[in-house]
Amino acid sequence: MAESIPASHGDHEVGHHEEQGFVSKYLLSTDHKVIAMQYMFTGMAMAVIGGFFAYAFRMQLAFPGMDVPGWGLVTPNDYNALVTNHGAIMIFWVAMPVLIAAFGNYLIPLMVGCDDMVFPRLNRLSYQIFLLSAIVLMASFFVYGGAFGGAWTMYPPLSAKAEYSLTQLGSTIFVLAVALEFVAFLMGGINFITTAMNSRAPGMKLYDVPMVVWMIVVASILFMASVGPLIAGAIMLLFDQNLGTAFFDPDRAGDPILWQHLFWFFGHPEVYVVLLPATGIVAEVITTFSRKKLLAYRTILYTVFGTGVLSFTVWAHHQFVAGIDPRMAHVFTVTTLLISVPIAEMMFVYIGTLYGGSIQYTTPMLWALGFLVTFLIGGVTGIFLGASGADIYFHDTYFVLAHFHYTFFPIAIIGTFAGVTYWFPKMFGRMMNETLGKIHFWGTFIPFNAIFLPLFYLGVAGQHRRIYDYSAFPELAQYQDIRVFATSALLVMLAFQVVFLWNFFHSMFRGEKAGANPWKANSLEWAAPSPPPHGNFPDGLPECHRGPYEFSHPDREEDYWPQNQPA
Amino acid sequence: MPRRRAGQTGYGPIDVVESRRTPVVPDGVLGMLLFVFAEATLFAGLISAFAIAKAGAPVWPPLGQPRLPVEATAINTAALVASGLLLMLSRRRFKVDRVSAEAPFVAALGLGTFFVLFQGYEWVSLIGQGLTMRSSALGSFFYLIVGVHALHAIAALGLLFVTWRRMRRGWLASSQLATAEVFWYFVVGIWPLIYLIVYL
Ligand SMILES: [Cu+2]
Repeated sequence: MAESIPASHGDHEVGHHEEQGFVSKYLLSTDHKVIAMQYMFTGMAMAVIGGFFAYAFRMQLAFPGMDVPGWGLVTPNDYNALVTNHGAIMIFWVAMPVLIAAFGNYLIPLMVGCDDMVFPRLNRLSYQIFLLSAIVLMASFFVYGGAFGGAWTMYPPLSAKAEYSLTQLGSTIFVLAVALEFVAFLMGGINFITTAMNSRAPGMKLYDVPMVVWMIVVASILFMASVGPLIAGAIMLLFDQNLGTAFFDPDRAGDPILWQHLFWFFGHPEVYVVLLPATGIVAEVITTFSRKKLLAYRTILYTVFGTGVLSFTVWAHHQFVAGIDPRMAHVFTVTTLLISVPIAEMMFVYIGTLYGGSIQYTTPMLWALGFLVTFLIGGVTGIFLGASGADIYFHDTYFVLAHFHYTFFPIAIIGTFAGVTYWFPKMFGRMMNETLGKIHFWGTFIPFNAIFLPLFYLGVAGQHRRIYDYSAFPELAQYQDIRVFATSALLVMLAFQVVFLWNFFHSMFRGEKAGANPWKANSLEWAAPSPPPHGNFPDGLPECHRGPYEFSHPDREEDYWPQNQPA
Repeated sequence: MPRRRAGQTGYGPIDVVESRRTPVVPDGVLGMLLFVFAEATLFAGLISAFAIAKAGAPVWPPLGQPRLPVEATAINTAALVASGLLLMLSRRRFKVDRVSAEAPFVAALGLGTFFVLFQGYEWVSLIGQGLTMRSSALGSFFYLIVGVHALHAIAALGLLFVTWRRMRRGWLASSQLATAEVFWYFVVGIWPLIYLIVYL
């Protein structure tokens, strides 16, 4: 078939294509970079909404019954809807689209050295379904009864019965939005894995693939292996809500615990689905800015595979209190404690990579180091919750809440900022302002700890989650000062995000011009111009000659050695 | 190996160009395998939920519910399996003589369509006998699991139909046939399991 190829599709003309209008170039494009930007900007918009929700309910907790500027009076129903949607948005509409979809779409084709995803139209459809899911979720705030308020985990019977949720339509829309979002990520995941496996540049062996690509691939596999049971549960829940079935209805011989199994079988691997891309980003950043080879590339890779397998055996640690056979609780305690071993090992490898390196404290590096510190606290506090004996006390307290914010915040926010500030020069061809970047880092990192460290204390003191006004609880009312402190820290943190937004948009148009490889990094995306044109590599697709982490090689004058540079 | 370049629309008989690396598994087949893998976990979720409900019920099948048509469905299962085997035969012939591959392909498509229609007919009669989504846990799970399978069967038949049209026009690449095959074998392969667990 080769003879029928039109000559114009050869390598040398990849960059040349007919001019396109705004709609076809930015809205209907199948270019992986445009789709990545669509995911990123949608994710950013959703982060603003999710952050605003956090502001509204934290204000209610600090100053109960007061009109919250920008929202008004937070009623109990409002409060439930706000916390529910804050959680769902931050995980499904911020962490997933930005960490996996935006970085996956942007980085995979560039880093494996090809011109686009294997299935570009499927990729475009994936974003369109994702956008639809976001719109559907937002629509639930405007229906009769308001948005769903039964927690992002959607436990029945609260989510299944209109008498309890008080919003039949709101809860249906919520489940529907989540299901749509999963369909979008299924399509995305198929693309990521296929592209990374089949479109690698000539010479790029599996062990030459940059860590962040591997992490996104493994995360996609985990997602695909875990999402089926949740989709099954979502269909059953939709039927219970609307068709009068009784899958989860204990009054009619249904089993509400079944939902918890289906949900957490997905829910725990989901943590790793978002964690792995963030750790991949951190691996790229710390090797580049310590000018050192990643310590134990293969060990990390095997660790990740091991973690992936283990992550399917721990889900019932969410159900220690829901009624589980104590013997099973022991099994899940053991598996849960076991899974901290590979992650701890990954931490040691990263710290070992830093050790003895010539560390440059750039903004992305600060974020990467911040990730290691905060995620470590998140991981260590998880051990208390994984042990069933301790968990019975901590269950559903602010200790749990502080724990998972110490995991998800480093992942979704700190990891994302590390990635955005690191690849910004590639994405937009200009540098971000370093001073503003550092101000933003400290303005986020310190308040974050100021919000959530006190919440551990509140949790240990017995403060239960999901209560919108603690003034009715005499033994908890005494901690009001701590709540006010945490809320004030949140306000400071939100205020500092303005610095980022200004830096981001100002640098996009006015920043100092970046060359193709401003950080002197090795992986193939830095061989493309900044920003890469349609087709990515105008001088012909690159070939790969070595692994991505050849920094400070003793035989070379320069301290880096790009993957595409012939020996 | 077909590889589409950025900016090329990809319609028409040959949407191909240039090969940089010969993949171990062609793009379409790998994509479909991943999709099928995710769908397999969906069925695993549904079937294990059903198994848990069945094991926890004091009486099974629930009282006052019609008996599922075990014998008729056995015949229908045989039809579906035969359809899968015919597709395999078509595959073998496709490698040597593309024209002779068409007859078993059409037969596979026909038997698959028969399977879906016959299932629909069974549903109508079961509803008439009082087995509905609301009547019992058996009814709920029966329509849920069989319905999800039917949706997959219909989607796969659509893909087989498109493949057949390409085959007739002589546009069909071997990897495209393999992609459709993967989907259909999944639909065929999971059904005996459903029959075993749900019907028997
Ligand atoms: Cu968990």
